[in-house]
Amino acid sequence: MTKQYSFYPGCSSETKASAVNYMTSVNAMCKTLGIALNEIPDWNCCGASIGYAEGGELPRHAMNARNIALSEKHNPGQDIVATCAACWLGAKETQRCLQHSRRLLDDTKTALSEAGLGKDYKGEVPIRHMVEVLIEDIGYEALAKPVVKPLTDIKIAGYVGCQTNRPFGVAGESFENPKYLDKLVETVGGEPAKKYDQKVTCCGGALAFSEPEKSQAQIRKIVESAYDHGAEMIVTPCPVCQMNVEIYQDQINARYGTKFHMPVTYYSQLMTVAYGGTAKQAGLDGNIIRAEKLEKIAAKPAK
Amino acid sequence: MSDRRMAVGNYRNDFLKEVEANVEDGEWVKMCMQCGVCAGSCPLGPYWEHPPQEIFMMIRAGLRDDVLSSESMWMCTSCYNCIVRCPRELPITHIMHGLANYAHRLGLAPKMNPTRRFAKLFWNNIAAGGRANELKLSLGLYFMDGFATGIKKSLQMLPIGLGMLKTRRLNPFGLLAGGNCKDRKGIQAMLKKAKELEDKRKGFA
Repeated sequence: MTKQYSFYPGCSSETKASAVNYMTSVNAMCKTLGIALNEIPDWNCCGASIGYAEGGELPRHAMNARNIALSEKHNPGQDIVATCAACWLGAKETQRCLQHSRRLLDDTKTALSEAGLGKDYKGEVPIRHMVEVLIEDIGYEALAKPVVKPLTDIKIAGYVGCQTNRPFGVAGESFENPKYLDKLVETVGGEPAKKYDQKVTCCGGALAFSEPEKSQAQIRKIVESAYDHGAEMIVTPCPVCQMNVEIYQDQINARYGTKFHMPVTYYSQLMTVAYGGTAKQAGLDGNIIRAEKLEKIAAKPAK
Repeated sequence: MSDRRMAVGNYRNDFLKEVEANVEDGEWVKMCMQCGVCAGSCPLGPYWEHPPQEIFMMIRAGLRDDVLSSESMWMCTSCYNCIVRCPRELPITHIMHGLANYAHRLGLAPKMNPTRRFAKLFWNNIAAGGRANELKLSLGLYFMDGFATGIKKSLQMLPIGLGMLKTRRLNPFGLLAGGNCKDRKGIQAMLKKAKELEDKRKGFA
């Protein structure tokens, strides 16, 4: 049976944006799993992790509240689902702050009325990350059922990163050593690098743009540890983690004399391939460092 | 006396009260017990001139200029490690964001801090049309210090940009289109109102 969700894709998932291949693979994965994503009409940016400095408090909450109001108006009764860590965090943070402050709630509603949504914000709808939907609504067992091409012989480092893990995180997981990515890797037949010790290290986030040297020192640790634990690729649930850890590897090599060439994939890409999807459906053509082992599995006929 | 000086006039000699009134989650500052777990947990910890627990103590000691003109808060990557580890459960990330924003609004934040400048660029990028335009954002960053530096930085970033273009993760026509919601007018009006209300509340207007 198809499950209906109100979908908040976020800026990076748009056509010709940095995480368009995440979106491609999420679509394929959801089709197999019977997850219907109903896009929130005319959604806007969440303010991301850097919006606070110029945007301040209330304008940032207004941005997120507008998405929540649009969702509650147009997709009533459906949980909001985000694929991007920052989108999820931003929306959830606003919902919590407005629950705890009458003043902020009133001011936000006043601002929303300028966009014709003054009466539409209720703030009652659960706001969830896609991995929560997979783990909690579908469950590992059911996630394993559609696997037709197990990802055997690939060792994968589960890089959880920050914002899907802190401050809210996924229920039942610890902040210091979350294990859901390892379990997802096992679910699709791969081998998780269970002792990967940089799985919750920050990639620098938006500071990869403004403080490249400091952020690349972080990214170096993240990639190096994946190699040290025998991983052949990294998997992540966050578009910023994916981009930062993938695209700066050449600059890091130049700076530190390393020889990194580590593919960085999304969980949805692993699942799409394991479910029998093509490389194109899995958005593998969007990886700058190609995930060749996945491409090979995708090209083989299912047994 | 300018509006900005009026805004802080009420708090002369009591910076803690000023922070409690005007900074996001500022009322938590007095709860810090100086254990330093935040400093040890921060990915950019070594680069903070004053780590969070020191900032909290400086606020209590009334070192207003030292705090607000510090580069320290601008080192926050929003990783939330300090929040989940703080034994007193202070929302440290939010307080640092709040302090950075407050310093920026007062015009006391370090002018050339790259994260301050990028953050401003980012917000203006998303506030214009409602969504991020990644090409304009990257080019805006590279050309922040003028044309010559812009060309140099763009060339440094060219291999990455070409990689993104080749994998269709960057819109070559992003300067002409992209990043617009249908109701961008409504969003702009909403943001204007929100800023107005916040300015009034925090004494900027």
